[in-house]
Order: sequence, then structure tokens, then C-alpha cells
Amino acid sequence: MSDTISDPATTLEVMPDAAGHFGPYGGRFVPEALIAALDQLTEAYASAGQDPAFRARLDHLNTTYAGRPSALTEAERLSAHAGGARMLLKREDLNHTGSHKINNVLGQALLTLRMGKTRVIAETGAGQHGVAAATACALLGLECVVYMGEEDTRRQALNVARMKMLGATVIPVTTGSRTLKDAMNEAMRDWVTNVESTHYLIGTVAGPSPFPRMVRDFQRVIGDEARAQVLALTDRLPDAVAACVGGGSNAIGIFTAFLDDPGVRLYGFEAGGDGVETGRHASSITGGAPGVLHGARSYLLQDEMGQTIESHSISAGLDYPGVGPEHAWLNDIGRATYRPVTDAQAMDAFSLLCRTEGIIPAIESAHAIAGAVEVGRELGPDSIVLINLSGRGDKDVDTAAAWFGVVTGEPA
Amino acid sequence: MTTLAETFARTRSEGRAALIGYLPAGYPSYAGCVDALVAMVESGVDIVEIGLPYSDPLMDGPTIQQAVEAALAAGVTTREVLKTVEAVAATGAATLVMTYWNPVERYGVGAFADAMAAAGGAGVITPDLTPDEAEPWLAAVASAGIDPVFLVAPSSTAARIRRVTEVSRGFVYVASTMGVTGVRDAVSDRAEALVARVRPVTDLPLSVGLGVSTAAQAAEVAAYADGVIVGSAFVRRLIDAPDPAAGVAAVRALAVELAAGVRAARH
Ligand SMILES: Cc1ncc(COP(=O)(O)O)c(C=O)c1O
Repeated sequence: MSDTISDPATTLEVMPDAAGHFGPYGGRFVPEALIAALDQLTEAYASAGQDPAFRARLDHLNTTYAGRPSALTEAERLSAHAGGARMLLKREDLNHTGSHKINNVLGQALLTLRMGKTRVIAETGAGQHGVAAATACALLGLECVVYMGEEDTRRQALNVARMKMLGATVIPVTTGSRTLKDAMNEAMRDWVTNVESTHYLIGTVAGPSPFPRMVRDFQRVIGDEARAQVLALTDRLPDAVAACVGGGSNAIGIFTAFLDDPGVRLYGFEAGGDGVETGRHASSITGGAPGVLHGARSYLLQDEMGQTIESHSISAGLDYPGVGPEHAWLNDIGRATYRPVTDAQAMDAFSLLCRTEGIIPAIESAHAIAGAVEVGRELGPDSIVLINLSGRGDKDVDTAAAWFGVVTGEPA
Repeated sequence: MTTLAETFARTRSEGRAALIGYLPAGYPSYAGCVDALVAMVESGVDIVEIGLPYSDPLMDGPTIQQAVEAALAAGVTTREVLKTVEAVAATGAATLVMTYWNPVERYGVGAFADAMAAAGGAGVITPDLTPDEAEPWLAAVASAGIDPVFLVAPSSTAARIRRVTEVSRGFVYVASTMGVTGVRDAVSDRAEALVARVRPVTDLPLSVGLGVSTAAQAAEVAAYADGVIVGSAFVRRLIDAPDPAAGVAAVRALAVELAAGVRAARH
């Protein structure tokens, strides 16, 4: 059990290197045409970091617009299902637009203005990042185009409507598996064509350098707040931190503040779909192998020829065959543990959180709840488990109704 | 094996640019692709570029995406791509592979370079591998004796152009425009400006690709470049053909037109 509080002069946090490598992972595997834009972004981000006015404006938006800091909620009735472990929920679901995605888009939209660009493109799976991007663009007067797999536009119709109301153009992507990875391909093609006017607002800690580091930095507010909140509430650090992992932004966001607290175990829960053994899943680390996709080296689902294998998950936001490079590295050095959570386990946890705490989680976040309940049972009643509740489940009500209708035969 | 250097020496001595033709392996079938590529060579294509079909071709527009998806759905493998290289190299034309990076890494970086050399391949174009991440690849191609071809783009700075030309061998791929592959009405005027920026930095031949599809465009580009790369226009001929034989005939006809185009250029 951990109660040591480390020196803030960190060690693990110095990653990545100047070229964006986390050990063997990360880097830049992109067409030459994009290098100049990535260099421009790297420079704009570095200069913004030196500019107190930039930080002040972002902090101001975070507090007056996004609703930060987000609450920390002790889930007392959930605890009984988790071996008596104390379960603390970091409430990113209470943010404006309903998830952690707002933290990143506000930062990147401000950078877009700083670079003098007028158009933003984004990819989205669940639609949460698309909604957040459309929101930030509406707020700051930027044009917004969102690429979304056609399959996802059906699964997440509510979010498509929200994006349109916010003034964004939603382009359904009909190539490949018609999900998030194909939306990302299409966004990259747009970017290469329109890079002079356009910023590609990547929604997670994936993609070429500097995205994994930059998005992490915009999301680390989650863990920075949570660490202080847990200390204030319990007088010690948590024993474990749990988050779901799609591309990995909410997980990195809550992990980063604890990286140099060796007694705090970090758990990332990947989408296990029908089960990793069935091949129908989205568990890149548990069930994939290192390779290059969407501009960086990391774990990914691929066949013997290096072709990307389609992922499967009930959760559109986790239905991605890759994962951010920092997670690949944290896995390999043993600092974080990644485990799969199946669709069925996630939906059980979804229902559990609804009924014990009166919180309808995003199905993505339900994966974290499911995993955290297991971890709580393993660590026992004296333990404290901090869970990133990355988003709320309004967008998932149709999916959940269909799931429970099918499984229990009850009218949904 | 015919090298790129030998090929460009020949086309230079003929006072013209080289014609470089692209098709993805396995489309419309393994044999259909080989037939079309051999027809290209017989009809005046100097250098053949064989695409390794990849699931996430983010530098390709809809035409090549469509062919590549079909080739993958039909089960094309990296081994078949290498067999295609072998069949085309046997014609005596310098033969390249164009591949996204992950299939190379998966095959094994050294093993892929060696297999290309064994198949008689002259080099490899890597659209999503820049010199920044290419250290192991440069060692592998050097030891295998094949040419690594990297790209410059209109957005490349002077420093980037120096870096790319330093490590490229055979030729430098000059991307004519900011964009993906596809047939365009006009070749971007940024191509000529970019060639003019690269020319003073290197003695390597400069080949312009992206958006070249007609004999007139080929002639226009051949006036300032050493090589003219045509991809989507050939693929389009195969896609639109009612049957494989008609596809090969259409590819042959286009190659004849383009070959006349590079010879008609005014230097
Ligand atoms: C609520 C929520 N959680 C998690 C994710 C997964 O993304 P990431 O792994 O980057 O946090 C998404 C993505 O759409 C989401 O909407």
C-alpha cells in the first residue's frame, strides 16, 4: 500500500525525447508534406508554454467554461461490490460537453488561433471528441470539419446532431471499416491537402509527435487535480488509478501526476469486445504487437503482413486498433498494467454504476469501472482506487437500451 | 537487375525524362497486375513502381484506395508483391516497390530489403517514412544494395530538402502538390518551383509525381524534371475496364501516349 509522496522533480515525466520517442515508440511516420506543419505546431506549442497569457487564457476557459476543477465523488455503494475498497470517481463526466475531451480541444483550439489558422479538422469515434472540437470552434470562431466513420454516425446519431447544431460539418467516412481508424485516415488526407489553413485537432494521445506529448499535457489537469483531491480527502495517495484506454488520453491524463509515485499502481482497461481470444476486440496492448499506424510506433492490431486488423467494441470511443505510444512504453517498462474488459463486463459495470451511484457513465468509462471493481477486490478493503470517469452516458442510452433489451429480455 | 542510375543515364543520353508507371500489386489479380505491368514496359514505361497494398493508405486518393482495398480483399500478400517484382524485373526494367512503412517493419526491415534485392528490385519508395526515422532502413538498403527513395514536398524547408536528398539514392520523389494521389486537371505549378529548389542541392534525378495523368501533362513535367510518375491514371484504366484483357489494352494505350509525351517535351 502506498503512502509515499514523491518529489515533484520527476523522472518518468521527462519523456518523450525531442523527436517524440517514448523508448522505441512514438516518433513521426508521416508524409514529408506534413513535417513542416508538425514542426510549426511543435514551435507554437513551445512558445505557448513560455507565454503566461496563453496559460492564463486556458485556465480561465477551464474554470469559467469547461467547469473545472471536476469533482471527486466517493462511490460508497459501489465500494460494496469492489471488496470494500474505497472507490473515488474523478468526474470528467461533469465537464461541459460531457467528457474529458474538452480539456484537449480548448488547448489545441487556442493553439490554432496562435498559429493563425482558421480551419480545424478532427476525427471522432464516439462523437465526444467531435462534439468537443465543434464546441471549442464555435466558442473561438473557427471553421470545424469532423470526420466520422459511417458506422459510428449510426451508433452515435445523437452526437452527430450535436455537432451539426454547433455549426460543424460532419463527413461520414465510407472507406475501410468505416470507424475511427478510417476517419483518422481521411482527416490525415484532408490535412495534407489543406495544411496551410488547417489544424488537425487530434483527439487522443496518438498520432505523430508532438501530439502524444501535447495532448497528454492538456489532459494532465485530470490527474493533477485528482491527486490533490485524493490527498485532501484521504490524507494519502491512492493505491491504484484506473482508466479506460482507447487512444489513451483520459488514461494518460490521470496517470501522469502519479507516474513518479512508485506505490501507486496504474491500470489501463482496454476494450475486450467479445473477448481477446475471439479476435473480436480492441485491446491493442493485450492482443496486439508493436508497429506503425497513424504516424507513430506503438502497439496495434495487425496481421502477419502488417495490415491493420479491424477492432471491435460496443464502445465507439474505444473501438480503435491502436493506442498512444506512451502507453506502449509504460506497459513495456512495467509502470502501468493493461487489461481487457469485455463488452459484457463493461455493460454489467454500466448498470452497476447507474444503480449504486445514480450516475450513467459513458460505455467507455464503464470499462474503467469494471476493471476498477476487480482491482478493488484484489487490493482489499483498506485500499483506495481512483477511477477516471471519463464521460457521461447520455450518448449511449440507445446502445445500452438495446443491449439490456437483448440480454435480459426486459423492455428497455 | 537494371538500376535506377543506369536507367536515368540512358534516358538522359536520349535527351528526355524517364516515364515511371505505378500499379498496386494484386489488382485486378496477381497475374492481371503482372500482365498490365509488363504491357507498360513493352509500351515505353522505363521504370515500374509496384504498390504494396496497405489497409491504411493515407497518402492515397479514392482511385488507388479502391484498387488496394480490392487487392487486399482478394488476399494479396507481401510475398506476392515480391513475386510481382521478380516478374517485372525479369523484363529488364528497373523495378521499385512503393510501400507504407508498417508492412516493411512487420516483414523485418533487413529481411525486406534483402528480399527486394533477391527479387531483382532496384529500390523502395517509402511515403510515410522520412529520413528522421530511417536509420535502420538506410543500413538495410545499403547492405542489400538497393536504393531508398524519399520524398520532398512543396512545404519542405531548405534544411529538409538537404536532408532528404542526402539520404535518397536512385532519384528523389518530388511531390507536385500538397495532397494525395489522384488524377487532377492540371499539374500544380508548385512542382516546377520545387524542382528548381531541389536542383541546386543534388545531382540525383528528380521525378515528379501526384496528379500527372495525360500525355500533355507528362510533356509539361518532362520539360523540367528527370522523371514523370503516373499512378492513378493507370489504375483508373484497370478499374474502368470491362474485363482484364481490356484493362491491359487500356494500360498499354495510356503508356504509349505518355511515352510520346515525355519524348515530346521541350527542354
Ligand atoms: C467518454 C470517453 N472516454 C474515453 C474515450 C477514449 O479515448 P481516450 O482513450 O483517448 O481517453 C472516449 C472517446 O471517444 C470517450 O468519449
